[in-house]
Amino acid sequence: MTSLALHPGLILIAGAILLLPLRGVARSAVALAVPVAALYLAWHVPDGAVTSMRFLEFELTPLAGDKLSRLFAVIFAIMAFGGALFALNQKHPLELAAAAFYAGAAIGVTFAGDLITLFVFWELMAIGSTLVIWSAGTRPAYRASLRYMMIHLLGGVLLMAGIAGHVADTGSIAFQRLATDSVAHWLILAGFLLNAGAPPLSAWLPDAYPEASWSGTVFLSAFTTKAAVYVLLRGFPGTEILVYAGLFMVFYGIVYALLENDMRRILAYSIVNQVGFMVTGVGLGTEMALNGAASHAFTHIIYKALLLMSAGSVLLMTGKRKCTDLGGLFQSMPLTAWCGIIGALSISSFPLTSGFVSKSMISQAASDLYLLTVWLLLAAASAGVFLHAGIKFPWFVFFQKDSGLRPPDPPLNMRAAMLLFSALSIGLGIYPDPLYAMLPYPVDYVPYTGVHVVTQLQLLLFSGLGFFLLLDFLRRTLTITLDMDWFYRAFGRWLVRRVLHGMSVLGSEGERRLWRAASAAWRGLERHHGPEGVLARTWPTGSMALWVVVLLLAYLLLYYV
Amino acid sequence: MIAPHLPVLQVVLPLLAAPLMVVVRRGGFAWLLATAASVAALGIALALFARVADGAVLSYAMGSWPPPWGIEYRVDRVNAFLLVLVSSIATVVVIYSRTSVAAEVPREQLYLFYTMYALCLAGLLGITVTGDAFNLFVFLEISSLSTYVLIALGRDRRALVASYQYLIMGTIGATFFVIGVGLLYLMTGTLNLADMAQRLPQVAESRPVLAALAFITVGVCLKLALFPLHLWLPNAYAYAPSAVTALLAATATKVSVYVLLRFYFFVFGGTTVFIALPMAEILLLLSLAAMFIASTVAIFQDNLKRMFAYSSVAQIGYITLGVSFDSVTGLTGGVVHLFNHALTKGALFLLLGGVALRVGVVRFDNIGGIGRMMPVTAFGIVLGGLSLIGVPATVGFVSKWYLVLAALESGAWWLAFLIVLSSLLTVAYVWRFVEAAYFREPDPAVARLKEAPLAMLVPAWLLVGASVYFGLDTVLTVGGASQAAQDLLRGGR
Repeated sequence: MTSLALHPGLILIAGAILLLPLRGVARSAVALAVPVAALYLAWHVPDGAVTSMRFLEFELTPLAGDKLSRLFAVIFAIMAFGGALFALNQKHPLELAAAAFYAGAAIGVTFAGDLITLFVFWELMAIGSTLVIWSAGTRPAYRASLRYMMIHLLGGVLLMAGIAGHVADTGSIAFQRLATDSVAHWLILAGFLLNAGAPPLSAWLPDAYPEASWSGTVFLSAFTTKAAVYVLLRGFPGTEILVYAGLFMVFYGIVYALLENDMRRILAYSIVNQVGFMVTGVGLGTEMALNGAASHAFTHIIYKALLLMSAGSVLLMTGKRKCTDLGGLFQSMPLTAWCGIIGALSISSFPLTSGFVSKSMISQAASDLYLLTVWLLLAAASAGVFLHAGIKFPWFVFFQKDSGLRPPDPPLNMRAAMLLFSALSIGLGIYPDPLYAMLPYPVDYVPYTGVHVVTQLQLLLFSGLGFFLLLDFLRRTLTITLDMDWFYRAFGRWLVRRVLHGMSVLGSEGERRLWRAASAAWRGLERHHGPEGVLARTWPTGSMALWVVVLLLAYLLLYYV
Repeated sequence: MIAPHLPVLQVVLPLLAAPLMVVVRRGGFAWLLATAASVAALGIALALFARVADGAVLSYAMGSWPPPWGIEYRVDRVNAFLLVLVSSIATVVVIYSRTSVAAEVPREQLYLFYTMYALCLAGLLGITVTGDAFNLFVFLEISSLSTYVLIALGRDRRALVASYQYLIMGTIGATFFVIGVGLLYLMTGTLNLADMAQRLPQVAESRPVLAALAFITVGVCLKLALFPLHLWLPNAYAYAPSAVTALLAATATKVSVYVLLRFYFFVFGGTTVFIALPMAEILLLLSLAAMFIASTVAIFQDNLKRMFAYSSVAQIGYITLGVSFDSVTGLTGGVVHLFNHALTKGALFLLLGGVALRVGVVRFDNIGGIGRMMPVTAFGIVLGGLSLIGVPATVGFVSKWYLVLAALESGAWWLAFLIVLSSLLTVAYVWRFVEAAYFREPDPAVARLKEAPLAMLVPAWLLVGASVYFGLDTVLTVGGASQAAQDLLRGGR
């Protein structure tokens, strides 16, 4: 049990509980110290099962390490630190604690040696992230968090059903490579993919993340989807369907991000897009591809957090989030703008940034496998990423027209967090060897060859040219883009009205009858189950006794027959 | 020297404490005595549990009259498990009731309350420990009669009606039970359960035995509130004093389930009655009805105590569902859920008692924003709710896990699906509490509330803690339950 006290995830969760009552300097100190402790512990988790405990008839291994789990745990801990530094002046008392809890659960997922532990941390992660969204404290955030939670409860049910089936089939709870050969495994895969933001339920991500507070989104961007990438890497490497799912996500993200006007929704769509690259890498399944997916998750956490920090600073200082309301902020917020640009260059895989050294491995893996279509699609998508996130975000927010806003750069701690992540992003881009050393498989990939650099620069320059040529078409208007979430938010209501309207063609009698049927069904439920319903009200004693007799008679009859 | 007499001391201590309280007529003294009796009962139960852990069966001949002529007390792994549960819950509740009951029951009636409490405890322990059918009936009546009084002590005037209805129903149930026992006595000539189990196979197909089975089933199911015989339960739980609700929810129905198990698997276990009759199917159907209908009703309730009372009916459905599988896994699930639900529901009703102390009747419209004013209580209720839903790391998960496994084992995928689906109904009513407690602005009335007193919070959180602890460490609960299940299924077959 002592080794459980040194579980890096549990340390963060314990820290979260400690953070709840704390305020002021003490809160800041704990919020920063706990992720550092978690980082130290995560770094030193040895290979293999560290601790085990009995649960039901199973041997749980809540803490088991290898290179892959350490890689994810380390970046999660770094992220928890950077995010906490950025969020220190967040007023809402719940958010820092919720974020630490969320990060702890994510680290717990990476070190889970068995499926039951995995499931527990998986659900804790859902709770933690929901709490982060709640702590924005607005009505839309509350409603978004409810939708978010429902989707993730559904994911949890799928995963649980899959795990139960897997245990019933094999009797083992070890979390190893799973083949897509049974219903149970498909259910597990579906549960994992739901968290990765894969189709058809990608929409929960851009629906919920932008509703969080200016600092909450930074945390949200890092953990849930990347933990999903981790479990896919461990459970389903080389599963073909992941290639298609990943490519779909890549383009889904690009298209919607190009149409979007809200700066943080743009970045949320680009999370789906970037996770799509990783899922494709997992699906390709070669050592190069898996390394690429893992390292891309690592670098993506850094630069996406950086981008969202930059956007969060803008939101905090201006209170505005729509591209059409912003612009020209470079003048008064130079540091935020520079950090945003570094993040934007990284996400576009510009040479000398972290994105370049990781994403190119996935494309390389596709070309090594002679998958021309996949390679072409990935290349096209890279250009698309530059369009929507690389240029569009900094251009519309910091340059373009002058919106007349003159806010200063954000407070010191936020600037420090942005500088830290900018430095990491560029540092890994220039000197990727420490990252490569942490990857699960040996790396024999050299990012900085003439061909790689020139190819990437050509791609980026031409898409950049395209952007400015087509600027008039891309200029955002005040629009709302419709996505899958619209189906469960508005389309359902519309459909009912349409169908009813269609019925009225047959005569308003039909419409009325349908309405009556629907409301009668609801009333029936309420009549039987409601407080005064036949099933709920207090019965006269005589009627109660009648039931007893009825049941006795039923039994006697059945026995005699 | 005391050791051989432990089985009888288990019952005699609380039974003797009761008249002593009436003689002294002091509330404080009565509480002390009730606490001492409960703690002693817990100690004895633990000692008995340890002594039968290896599968031994302790037989105690009352007054040295050897069984089957005299009354036999018989402790095996099945009822030792129950004894520990009942006496530990009773101990926690009695500690809690000092503050809670003082606020709900008039001072001059306090000693009567504790007298009835001790009698009720003696009755429940007696039902569990005895190996004699008629003695069982006597203890059933002792516990029932004292329960009627305890319910009637509730502040709400409707408590009287609820108690009256329970009295009528409980009496019908007990009558049915004794009719059944009478028929069995007629056919076998013995009242000793073990002896009866041996003699029954010879007369198993005779009609009086079948009628006896029907009478006992219906009588006991009334006491354990199996759907649709649960109608007495919601009002009894809702209007009884808080401590009584917790005691009843956590022990009374559970002991009745034990009686059902004892008769089904131990007494009738050696006969072929179950194979010939659709017992399992009927039980399965009624369990499913309880799980779905009672949960749906719970969603619509406005009074929280009533809501959790309906939830109890639903949870009893899970227990009987486990029984209906007629397999080791299923029975393990049923028995472990019996234990787990006792912890969870006990905790919930104790916490609700704290809220009731502050706001009076606990309705959804007068607890808005209570999460801010009574954070410890509200958080405990949420944890209890999570356990009802069956979230991992709570006891609820452990039981549901075994039930789902048992369903999969018997090849009934649809049943596993239904078990999971019914959890979603639980989510709905637990969510109503979360919504009211955390997402509504506190009313002026709520904003003045203080946290519940520590003397109530500590016992309540003891149970909350237990329902998390036993969700992680299942050696005691699942171990005990699976041994009990194996013993039950081996009984005579």
